[in-house]
Amino acid sequence: MTEKLLFADIDEPGLNTLEVYERRGGYASLRKALTMAPEDVLAELEASGLRGRGGAGFQTGKKVSFLPKGSIEKFLVCNADESEPGAFKDRELLQKNPHRLIEGLVIASHAAGSERSFIYVRGEYVLQAAMLDAALTEARDAGFIGEDILGSGHTLSVVLHRGAGAYICGEETALLDSLEGKRGNPRLKPPFPANQGLYQGPTLINNVETLSTVPVIIEMGGAQYAKIGVETSTGTKLVSISGHVKRPGNYEIVLGTPAREIVYGLAGGPPEGREVKCWFPGGSSAPVLRAEDLDVSYDFDSLAKAGSMLGSGSIIVVDDSTPILDVALKLAKFYQHESCGKCTPCREGTNWTLKMLQRIELGEATPMDLEIMASVQENIIGNCLCVLGDSMAMPIGSIIAKFKEELEAHMESARLRGAATMVSA
Amino acid sequence: MSASASGWDEPVDLEKSAAEIPDPQSIDVPEELRAQIEEYMSRYPDPRSATLPALEAAQRLYGWCSPEAFEQVACVMRLTPADLEAVATFYDMLETTPVGRHAIYVCTNISCSLRGADVLFAAIRDAAAAEPEEFNVRSFECLGACDLAPMASVDGTYVGPLTVEDVPRLLEDARAGRTVLAEKQLAPRLVADPQANSREFPPHPAQEPEPR
Repeated sequence: MTEKLLFADIDEPGLNTLEVYERRGGYASLRKALTMAPEDVLAELEASGLRGRGGAGFQTGKKVSFLPKGSIEKFLVCNADESEPGAFKDRELLQKNPHRLIEGLVIASHAAGSERSFIYVRGEYVLQAAMLDAALTEARDAGFIGEDILGSGHTLSVVLHRGAGAYICGEETALLDSLEGKRGNPRLKPPFPANQGLYQGPTLINNVETLSTVPVIIEMGGAQYAKIGVETSTGTKLVSISGHVKRPGNYEIVLGTPAREIVYGLAGGPPEGREVKCWFPGGSSAPVLRAEDLDVSYDFDSLAKAGSMLGSGSIIVVDDSTPILDVALKLAKFYQHESCGKCTPCREGTNWTLKMLQRIELGEATPMDLEIMASVQENIIGNCLCVLGDSMAMPIGSIIAKFKEELEAHMESARLRGAATMVSA
Repeated sequence: MSASASGWDEPVDLEKSAAEIPDPQSIDVPEELRAQIEEYMSRYPDPRSATLPALEAAQRLYGWCSPEAFEQVACVMRLTPADLEAVATFYDMLETTPVGRHAIYVCTNISCSLRGADVLFAAIRDAAAAEPEEFNVRSFECLGACDLAPMASVDGTYVGPLTVEDVPRLLEDARAGRTVLAEKQLAPRLVADPQANSREFPPHPAQEPEPR
């Protein structure tokens, strides 16, 4: 089931400009929100049941309410460092509808009582940062950001900050360190950013899609928004689908749509004559599911119950023409490269997992290695400052559990190949 | 505490920076670069936040983060060159060795590799190998354009889906500084365009594993 809230008019030429955006009803939600008390805006967000669209799926309204009240300076940070393998939805929003993000940001800052905000865009998104920058200039000139916005007395400054290529900076505390001009190392939590974040001040961090949804909620009302989707996963979600499907791309779905409808209905399924071997429901950090799990309802809790997660809403489909070892190797290589090195289980665990997988490929592994590898994954999970290590351990662990026979067969054939080469040499 | 008192039983001062902040008198910073960095510094409550944009500006000017670039940025930002080098080595887009003029990042992460990115990367790398001063070809982590898989970012412009046949023109366009593969650019693509999205699958790469 699809419904166009975030993607309404998305392909309209010039939607990225203020003129077209306003003609399409843009900034009406901001005008409405500024006449409301911050608590009332917050109440709408809480009533909407909106859960963060960046990966963790935490209740947005609750997150805002964790910020200290009163006149203490609070920071609002938009996480636009989309770098989860398989995710490309924020790119679309930044490029095609930057004003909606700005509108959501200003409304959120009003609710949170923040006067300073930052948008951290990944360095690779050159075009998207330029589009956003142009939109920010327009919004500033039109008085939607700056001092005394639309005469409401609310003030907000927005700084567009560009990253320089590091997956870990999508993790919120690493992002804060990066924004402070340091290496992007995650911080120990607690203290959580809501208490001690950017420059040690209370900080609210939200994903692009989450903030872009805020104007929609203000427009239709939180209670109305909560009627879309299923009880614990309300609203629509942008899903990036890629890999072995006929029509990869971004689709807006109602949460609770069966995954089969997304993979086969919207994306056309795998190419003729091939079957789905496994799929990642929420980016490469999510444990893999098999073809028989495709009937799961695509929402936060159903996917968690199925042993995986919705994450950032990025489906990667792998068909039966690909050896599962190739998939595991790609994953391990990525996380080994991107580990910041601060915590031992992640730094060493990603490295050893990659080495063990390469041993399988070279025919030097023994079946015992699978058990060792599985235990390495278990020892990473939950033992680091951030979840980067877990992000490898979860999919690799699930691959070992679900594709054990294939890995063992691969091992054996690689070993025999190796032995044959030795004999012939 | 006198200098001679520090010995093996004295704790190391971890807060102390390893090198001195360059003396403004002795470092010549191009006026434009200085103005740019100072403008970045003025944007943030803590000027140190300007580290990434400042290093990027220096890299744009010099082609890479050279020792001179570090010194100059450090001089303007009142940091030590080591502070900056520590940051630069963390980020993939900041180069700490001299590289080719045109940055070609080929995504070889999972979604792209499922569609033949490893073969594509090898083709681009080999085609550009003779001109290391012209091209900086790198196998890059997910660039966030899996709908274009396999794809590459050429001097910041996203193009895809690419085939091996596109490689010569891609390099030529990049070298000439003109629009790269105009018909394959991300910018004009529609969000839900079945025409753009649906396409033939590339033949599956040969089962022979690539040497890693």
